Amino acid sequence: MSYIQIENLTKIYMGRRSKPRSIHDPVEQSGDNILVLNNISMSFEEGEMVCVLGPSGCGKSTLLRIIAGFEKPTYGSVKVAGERVRGPSDHSIFVFQHSGLLPWLTVAENVGLALRGVDDANEKKNQIQEYIEMVELEGFEAYYPHQLSGGMQRRAELARAIAVNPNLLIMDEPFSGLDFLTHMKMREEVVNMHEFIRKTTLVVTHDIDDALIMGDRIVVLSGRPSVIKLAHKLDFPRPRDFERDHELSRLRSEIFLMLGVPYAV
Amino acid sequence: MAMKSERSEQHPFEGQPLAQSRRPVWLGLLTFLLIIMVWEVLARFSGWSAQIFPDPFTVVISMGQLVRDGTLLRHTVASLFRVTAGFYLAVLLGVPLGILLGRMWMARSFLNPVIQFLRPISPLAWIPLAMLWFGIGDPPAIFLIFLSSFFPMVVSTTVAVQSINPTYFQVAANFKFTRREMLTMLIIPAIVPEVVTALRLTITIAWLVVVAAEMIAVQSGLGYLILDARNALRMDYVMDGMIVIGLIGIVLDWLVRRLGNIESASWGMKSR
Repeated sequence: MSYIQIENLTKIYMGRRSKPRSIHDPVEQSGDNILVLNNISMSFEEGEMVCVLGPSGCGKSTLLRIIAGFEKPTYGSVKVAGERVRGPSDHSIFVFQHSGLLPWLTVAENVGLALRGVDDANEKKNQIQEYIEMVELEGFEAYYPHQLSGGMQRRAELARAIAVNPNLLIMDEPFSGLDFLTHMKMREEVVNMHEFIRKTTLVVTHDIDDALIMGDRIVVLSGRPSVIKLAHKLDFPRPRDFERDHELSRLRSEIFLMLGVPYAV
Repeated sequence: MAMKSERSEQHPFEGQPLAQSRRPVWLGLLTFLLIIMVWEVLARFSGWSAQIFPDPFTVVISMGQLVRDGTLLRHTVASLFRVTAGFYLAVLLGVPLGILLGRMWMARSFLNPVIQFLRPISPLAWIPLAMLWFGIGDPPAIFLIFLSSFFPMVVSTTVAVQSINPTYFQVAANFKFTRREMLTMLIIPAIVPEVVTALRLTITIAWLVVVAAEMIAVQSGLGYLILDARNALRMDYVMDGMIVIGLIGIVLDWLVRRLGNIESASWGMKSR
């Protein structure tokens, strides 16, 4: 059975009129209600890195937030490891688009949040140090998030997420707001991290190249209300290169076309 | 096990805020000097009697008398005691209530209308009731100071709690914070910057009110000193009282402002 199973998932944000006009068709987009996700079904395997692509405002983040348990589906269900998602849990850690580091805690203290269960103080300290070194932030343990650059903040949050040893890692636009080089470097780190820990990872992005370079599987959503336009397993060897791999390059053009920018390629 | 990557971001800016302009203190003192000179000139040439408008020198001399015979110290200590007691009480009750109101929709629905109703009523309007309920002495004065500080503390804390970035609560849910951790690791540190600002505003209000409170209910304190001096037509003592009140106000503000400079409390100013 698949690790994550999404069945007939529909999300409607209720407006002022809380009940749909017609009881016969509850999904009808009536009044102030906004239909965000429309009857989405898909499944992901354990250990996969899944990249979810789509135009902005299409409900990519909503999908992730439902999988993380921050929001409830209007209809349908999400199951992770066979269990229905009923709320946030430390089995699936969410890495926020804008920093989710607590600004009043230092880098070490933030990473320490993930290791609150470790009783032995020395052991805890060693583990914190290990995860900080993993993202190459040694020397910045005592810094507060606002003293770090954007890329370093992302890395610290990544370290905190991995330190929980979650079964599922959910990243909402992990590279937004980073400069080009930091973006490339961060992407490489996330891929390496995934190779290393082999945990199921969901990444939402609007960057087609990111999705194609990183993902074991790619899902393209349409504009709102979202339906799945394409779900594709990517079996290309890494490191991936558009110039060498013509099949990858063809897929890239196809997705650009699908998202309505055929001339950008 | 380190992931490979070059470190390109080796230079985070240091924690110190950029050149927090060192305003020269003497410029402010210069203004005071100017005021004293105008005062002196007015006293000398206005033709008002020294009873009504004492000159700076007389005020300094009488200040010396009040300091020497201990009157000033006694009254100052009495006032400070009342402000401290009333203010602490207001903070100890107001901040927890504010957190409750900020977090709990039900509590807010029940209590907020009452708080908004009581808030605009000047603490001075409570004087008759305070005297009837608490008699003469410290309790009614402390009660009035408490009232003056309590409502601003509750309202600022509520607003501070409500304006905590919702992402942090999601992080807390994600990392399975207990209720206790939610309070000590999230809510309290998050509101510290706003609460310090509120303390600064509130201590000033408390200090304003203590003087008024001491004019009615007690036989000590700087307010009483001023009232007593008025009855004796000693305007120089009145002015001494005012000067000491102003000076202590500055010191109180400075003390509370220093609270905001503690590093874990100052994240708010820097990361916003």
